[in-house]
Amino acid sequence: MSHDEFAMEFIDMTKTFGEHTVLNHLNFKIHRGKITTILGFSGAGKSTLLKHILGLLFPTHGKAIVLGEDLSHLRELELREFRKKFGMLFQYAALFDSMTTFENIAFPLREFTKMSEAEIKQKVEDLMESVGLAEHATYRLPSELSGGMRKRVGLARALALEPEIMLYDEPTTGLDPITTKMVNDLIKSTSERNKAKKMTSVIISHDIDATLKISDYVAFLEKGQVVEHLPTEEFRKSQNPIIRRFLEL
Amino acid sequence: MTMSDKTRTLKSVTEKNLGILGHNVLNTINGLGKFTNYLTSVCYWAFKPPYRWHLFTQQMYFIANKSLFIICLVSVFSGAVFAYQTYLGFQGLGFDSFIGPVVAISLAKELAPVLSGLVIAGRCGAAMAANIGTMKVTEQVDALEVMGINSHQYLAVPRIAAAIISMPILSSIFLLVGNVGSWLIGVKVLRIDEMTYLQKIPEFMGMDDIFEGLIKATVFGFLIAVIGTFHGFEVKGGAEGVGRGTNLAVVWGMVIVLIVDFFLTSFLAVIL
Repeated sequence: MSHDEFAMEFIDMTKTFGEHTVLNHLNFKIHRGKITTILGFSGAGKSTLLKHILGLLFPTHGKAIVLGEDLSHLRELELREFRKKFGMLFQYAALFDSMTTFENIAFPLREFTKMSEAEIKQKVEDLMESVGLAEHATYRLPSELSGGMRKRVGLARALALEPEIMLYDEPTTGLDPITTKMVNDLIKSTSERNKAKKMTSVIISHDIDATLKISDYVAFLEKGQVVEHLPTEEFRKSQNPIIRRFLEL
Repeated sequence: MTMSDKTRTLKSVTEKNLGILGHNVLNTINGLGKFTNYLTSVCYWAFKPPYRWHLFTQQMYFIANKSLFIICLVSVFSGAVFAYQTYLGFQGLGFDSFIGPVVAISLAKELAPVLSGLVIAGRCGAAMAANIGTMKVTEQVDALEVMGINSHQYLAVPRIAAAIISMPILSSIFLLVGNVGSWLIGVKVLRIDEMTYLQKIPEFMGMDDIFEGLIKATVFGFLIAVIGTFHGFEVKGGAEGVGRGTNLAVVWGMVIVLIVDFFLTSFLAVIL
């Protein structure tokens, strides 16, 4: 696999939990430097796939190759080191509730870099500005922030270490239309800003309208298999009955 | 009901009960397996850098400093009531001057580590489970893992290390304040001669009695924190899961302190 062209490749990947098969001989590649959305109904295997990308789960059969590495060959410590190449925005942002906005964003910098406090302060300010966070939010706790602001803080934290792959887990689920648009714009602008670095974005979602607007590619997961993986415009025109049913909901 | 119907009913009831028993046995084995895995992971990560001293000191402050008032309150009354009960028992025998050493030895060997353990299991074990459990259900634990940080190392190790260090300190304070409570009742209320009361303590109590209590307190600190954090990581679901985890942490923390106390007493009696 060309590591330059594709950020991830799943080769004949199967994952079973006891008798239950969640991913069933999955084969597909995710383009590097692009936004790919993985759509599917609940229980289709989207979250399980996400955990395979992060090396939190390993295939029962087949391979998950991420940035040229077969994750099942990495040891625990190597895997932890490897995960620093990822940034992830969780569904509810998953901010550390005992830390302020500043401390949350500074957290990965303090953990993994040798930056001075002055450099960290500057970097946090830059990140806050890039995700459109106002200065007054700096020393607020997550409980004092709105849903949209929490997402912005979560995104700034995820971007702190300049990841090669940005993962978004249901980024717009449960948000009002205005905040949904704000989050989508944020994902798009983040991807645009990091285009030179070829940052790959993977969105796990079932919010069809929101994701079609910002994605370059869409993969549709059904019963543990990718039934369609196309550029967004072609995906819209797909005649696959499962996709049509999903699009016409 | 015919004989064959009765046999069939008996068979079905037996099968059902055996099924429940088997399920419970499997659950227990599964739980023990998870706990052993957790313990192994915590011991492994405790000695791996980075060592997060700021988290350790935060936990020391929470466990030791913030528990000081409740430990003093419990210990002064425990010492006082134990002195009074001893006085009532010994009075008729003419041994009332032995209240000092009896209370001091009991506090050093048993009451200080065990009661401190019960207080800390209730106060800190519960807080550990609730805190980690809440982080688990709000994906904060996942966020740590995704960043490449081992959640056991980040969340459990500082708490366990702080509990191991804090418990002997709290137990020593319990011993000291408990003896003050005993002295107040014995000397100031029951009018036992102060010199006799104080002289008899070192006569009967040795350093090994104090060591025994300190060893117990250290072991209890480790167990309370391991159980508290384990039940935090095991939380599933939402608020209800956090409540259940917290409850289990307190109940098991207290029960284990009492059970392990018995075995430690037997063991230390041989080696000390």
